[in-house]
Amino acid sequence: MLRYTLLRILGAIPTLLLVIALAFLMVHAAPGGPFDEERVLPPEVEANIEAHYNLDEPLPKQFLRYLVGLTRGDLGPSYRYRGHTVSELIGTSFPNSLKLGALAIVIALLLGVGGGTYAALRQGAFADRFVMGLSMTGISIPVFVVAPVLVLLFAVNLQWLPAGWSGTEGVGRYVLPVITLALPQIAYIARLTRASMIDVLARDFVRTARAQGLGTLRVIRVHAIKPAMLPVLSYMGPAIAGIITGSVVVEEIFGIPGVGQLFVRGAMNRDYTLVLGVVVFYASLIVAFNLIVDILYAVIDPRVRYR
Amino acid sequence: MKTIRVTGGILLVIAIAAVAGPWLSPNDYVTTDFDAILAAPSAQGSHWFGTDNLGRDLFVRTMLGIRVTLMVAIVASLVSLVIGVAYGAIAGYVGGRVDAVMMRFVDTLYALPFIFFVILLMVAFERNFLLIFVAIGAINWLDMARIVRGQTLGLREREFVEAARLTGVSTPRIVLRHIAPNLLGIVIVYVTLTIPQAILVESFLSFLGLGVQEPQTSLGTLVDAGVAQMEQASWTLLIPASLLALILMCFNFMGDGLRDHFDARHDR
Amino acid sequence: MSLLDVTGLSIRYDGQAVVDGVDLFVERGESVGLVGESGSGKSQSALAILGLLPARAQVSGSIEFDGQQVLGADDALLDRLRARRIGMVFQDPMQALNPYLRIGVQLRQVLVAHGLAAGRDADARVIEALTRVRLPDPERQFRAFPHELSGGMRQRVMIASALIAGPDLLIADEPTTALDVTVQAQILELLEEIRDNTALLLITHDLGIVAGHCEHMIVLEKGRLVDAGPTTSVFASPRHAHTRTLLEAAPRVDRGEVPAPVDGRTLLAVEAASVQYRDRGGALLDAVNDVSFAVRQGETVAVVGESGSGKSSLVRAMLGLVPMASGKVVYAGEPLEGPVQHRARERRRDLQLVFQDPVSALNPQMRVRSIIEEPLLVHEKGIGSAERLGRVTAMLDKVGLEAAFLTRYPHELSGGQAQRVAIARALVLEPRILVCDEAVAALDGSVRKQVLDVLRSVQDEAGLSIIFISHDLAVVRSISHRVLVMYAGRLVEVAGNDDLFASPLHPYTRALIDSVPVPDPVVAPKAAPLRGETPSLIDPPSGCVFHPRCPRSDETCASKRPRLREIRGTRVACHYPLDR
Repeated sequence: MLRYTLLRILGAIPTLLLVIALAFLMVHAAPGGPFDEERVLPPEVEANIEAHYNLDEPLPKQFLRYLVGLTRGDLGPSYRYRGHTVSELIGTSFPNSLKLGALAIVIALLLGVGGGTYAALRQGAFADRFVMGLSMTGISIPVFVVAPVLVLLFAVNLQWLPAGWSGTEGVGRYVLPVITLALPQIAYIARLTRASMIDVLARDFVRTARAQGLGTLRVIRVHAIKPAMLPVLSYMGPAIAGIITGSVVVEEIFGIPGVGQLFVRGAMNRDYTLVLGVVVFYASLIVAFNLIVDILYAVIDPRVRYR
Repeated sequence: MKTIRVTGGILLVIAIAAVAGPWLSPNDYVTTDFDAILAAPSAQGSHWFGTDNLGRDLFVRTMLGIRVTLMVAIVASLVSLVIGVAYGAIAGYVGGRVDAVMMRFVDTLYALPFIFFVILLMVAFERNFLLIFVAIGAINWLDMARIVRGQTLGLREREFVEAARLTGVSTPRIVLRHIAPNLLGIVIVYVTLTIPQAILVESFLSFLGLGVQEPQTSLGTLVDAGVAQMEQASWTLLIPASLLALILMCFNFMGDGLRDHFDARHDR
Repeated sequence: MSLLDVTGLSIRYDGQAVVDGVDLFVERGESVGLVGESGSGKSQSALAILGLLPARAQVSGSIEFDGQQVLGADDALLDRLRARRIGMVFQDPMQALNPYLRIGVQLRQVLVAHGLAAGRDADARVIEALTRVRLPDPERQFRAFPHELSGGMRQRVMIASALIAGPDLLIADEPTTALDVTVQAQILELLEEIRDNTALLLITHDLGIVAGHCEHMIVLEKGRLVDAGPTTSVFASPRHAHTRTLLEAAPRVDRGEVPAPVDGRTLLAVEAASVQYRDRGGALLDAVNDVSFAVRQGETVAVVGESGSGKSSLVRAMLGLVPMASGKVVYAGEPLEGPVQHRARERRRDLQLVFQDPVSALNPQMRVRSIIEEPLLVHEKGIGSAERLGRVTAMLDKVGLEAAFLTRYPHELSGGQAQRVAIARALVLEPRILVCDEAVAALDGSVRKQVLDVLRSVQDEAGLSIIFISHDLAVVRSISHRVLVMYAGRLVEVAGNDDLFASPLHPYTRALIDSVPVPDPVVAPKAAPLRGETPSLIDPPSGCVFHPRCPRSDETCASKRPRLREIRGTRVACHYPLDR
């Protein structure tokens, strides 16, 4: 198990490097810089600015410089927010995104797994079809439709909850953004859990457990829940990616100063160091998360450890 | 089978409406009706879906939006289909080290927050309409490649392929006669499931103001505009939003139905 | 009052009966065999007794266990009977044990669920149960996962779990079908020994097992009971035609006619072939080690061995489907080299293969006509479609299928029909050598006999040579002229059919033959001749690979590898061959 974990960690490093390199290349391939829109600058000034940001160096050298900075957690200076480093900007906005995302994932897991298991046990019955119909609807309604509709209903018409973020305090302001983020994930996880639970309940070892007189609840608790959770575990990587994507919209609509908002502003302003920083930051997060998922997978499924 | 027929029927009706609808309406998609700014849906002036804040007819604009959305989605799915099938089939059929390297690359791309790249591309390349197709297709080919690769790998090991090799059937013929027909089912299922994903990305970009340019429109653009007006005129949001959801739901249900259909055939 | 009394049991799915009015009873302590081919309803009946059928099954009749009606009983009552009163052993222990849980946890749950023991006490009883089924090193296996055990050990665990709560009846559903024949003998012996006074309902397709281990037997055909009674009288005077068919289709390893030797010229020779694989962990293993043999024209050469013996790898390397690490193949005086796709077309058509699983061997998207026609399209481009159709139809006729099958898809065929289509595809090019890789292993006895008859008639007609790979010695005895015995990648004995079965020279061959159950209740089953299982190929035993299991081995066997040597026409690799 230790060997497996170490191998996985080692295997994640080249992936991470490749991801950073790809992001770096794509950002540098994009035409136009942050200073293009301003008046045409005298060549000396432009050269000065380029030298200041080391843009005059050859690309490989810039990349190496970037990597060295990364090891110290330095993502470089922002082009637009003068006097701020990218790390600072991400550091102040990430806690907001993290709180929303973590809450959404936890809620999605609880409701998704619960609903999916319930539906699997009632397979074919009304309850099953109801839960599954609901979750298909959940998957099919985009975040940017859910968010305004929720605002229209609960903030504008019923006035139960605040529509925005700034100027409000307390738990209330979390409710709508978290629900918006969690909804598609709840739906997806519920479907995944149901399918996988039905699959596991049809396996021979479950029949063995039933033949041993273990009773439905014990069969599920002891024999079925672990393997049934494997697809859900595998989905955690994409789920995080989905939440990050969703956060861009949610933070825009609710006016939350998170990383998503920071990114959209950065992209609009062609603040490429900021954009690159956010991409690298989130990519590392996803790689790390996938690593954890892989290790947890091996904890549940002993056969994986030997591969 | 019932699900496939019902959802297919709904989608067909929507598609026909999107193509023929604008002809039936006396209005067009750019002209402002000064008598009806933000008018609620009514037969008055034939504004069946009402008008927006510029007095433009929302029925015609919505139908146009559906056209654009469907077109983007279908073209993007075709792009992802071509890339994904070719990539996955090569990796799976060649196997060995080539497969390992190719799949490692796919795994790496999976770790990228792709939507951010697309946003970046949109900003950098001035919202080129063609680029939207390419960008969306480039996101969605990963799943297709993985699935096709897995299937091909499995098929390559199947005994009927070995039997064909043993009797001297050439590689192109093996791919054409033995591998491809057995991939068809799963590819159809995943194209059906890729379309709603492409629609999501397109409308997501349009919603952020990075998609289709005014006065052209798409369902995402309409939802975005609707959000701005929703407090005074909720129909500007609810009509395009529910049509978008309906289309997505139909594709999702259809993909699900197709998967069950092909699975059942396999089990026999 | 019988312990188990089933009357008029019927099971229907969507109105279709899979079991139709079956009566069976089991007295305390006795063993009853429930026999039938696939689709006879034997497993369904067993599942019905424990209330394990899916909800959509409509069950009627009566199932009384110890005077209590079980049919239609609620889960609470059934859960009290299960394990506690009725234990169950399933066919494939790899599937039937939970791969995600340690062995000890799975067994302990049975005790805990029934309130029989808890904590340390439960652990101790689990280890005691594992010891009873003679699992080596039970304390360690307690903490093992199922995949870390061999097939035989897994089935021992399964039996331990079925007996741990002390049931009055043990139902065993094909308990040895997934196992090698020498391990099967051990498990059957174990079942006899440890069940004490527990009654046994043994479900099997193998008449040999019933003959050796059951006092009573019941024969099912397509869901109906066709014969029942004491085993000796059913064997001696079967009442129903189906029982007679089953008995006639069951070949015997101990007696009966064998094919006379063939004296043709050598057609194909494999010289010093070795095949190596890498396993998932990257370790190199010797699947085949230095094997040579020859095939004569018109001869059937059988390659026998248990799983992991390398018999399949050997022929796959010969055909060029997997690379050969060293050695060569000489066909009609010319070497055959490289992977199959690099071999000359004309050579390829001469060697054809029939697989074990006909379902996987036929492209599900192609009709029977296209399947059989494809080799002709490749090799005989000159002929027109009318002639092609004629040859396909003639070929179908030869394997005993009508022209109506031409338009069928593989999923519309039964197992035996599909295998005949696969044989037709292999034979349509009129090859010189046909390789059958466990080609009848997946078929029911009566169907197997038909397929074997097809092979024999083609051989007589066209002088075809057949390489017949099989784990089933009784079948091998009925069809082959010469036999190669393999063990752990090595050739241990090569002999003519007569010599090999009458007086084998290698102790492993002897053990293999003695392990096969004989379908005759008069012949008492022999004690399991071997302990243990096939060794790991990654780290095979030193000297003679068979020495750790061999009753005759000494230090020489442990240190020195025996060479194949010839003794009175038999080649054998053993330091201490048996007397003839």
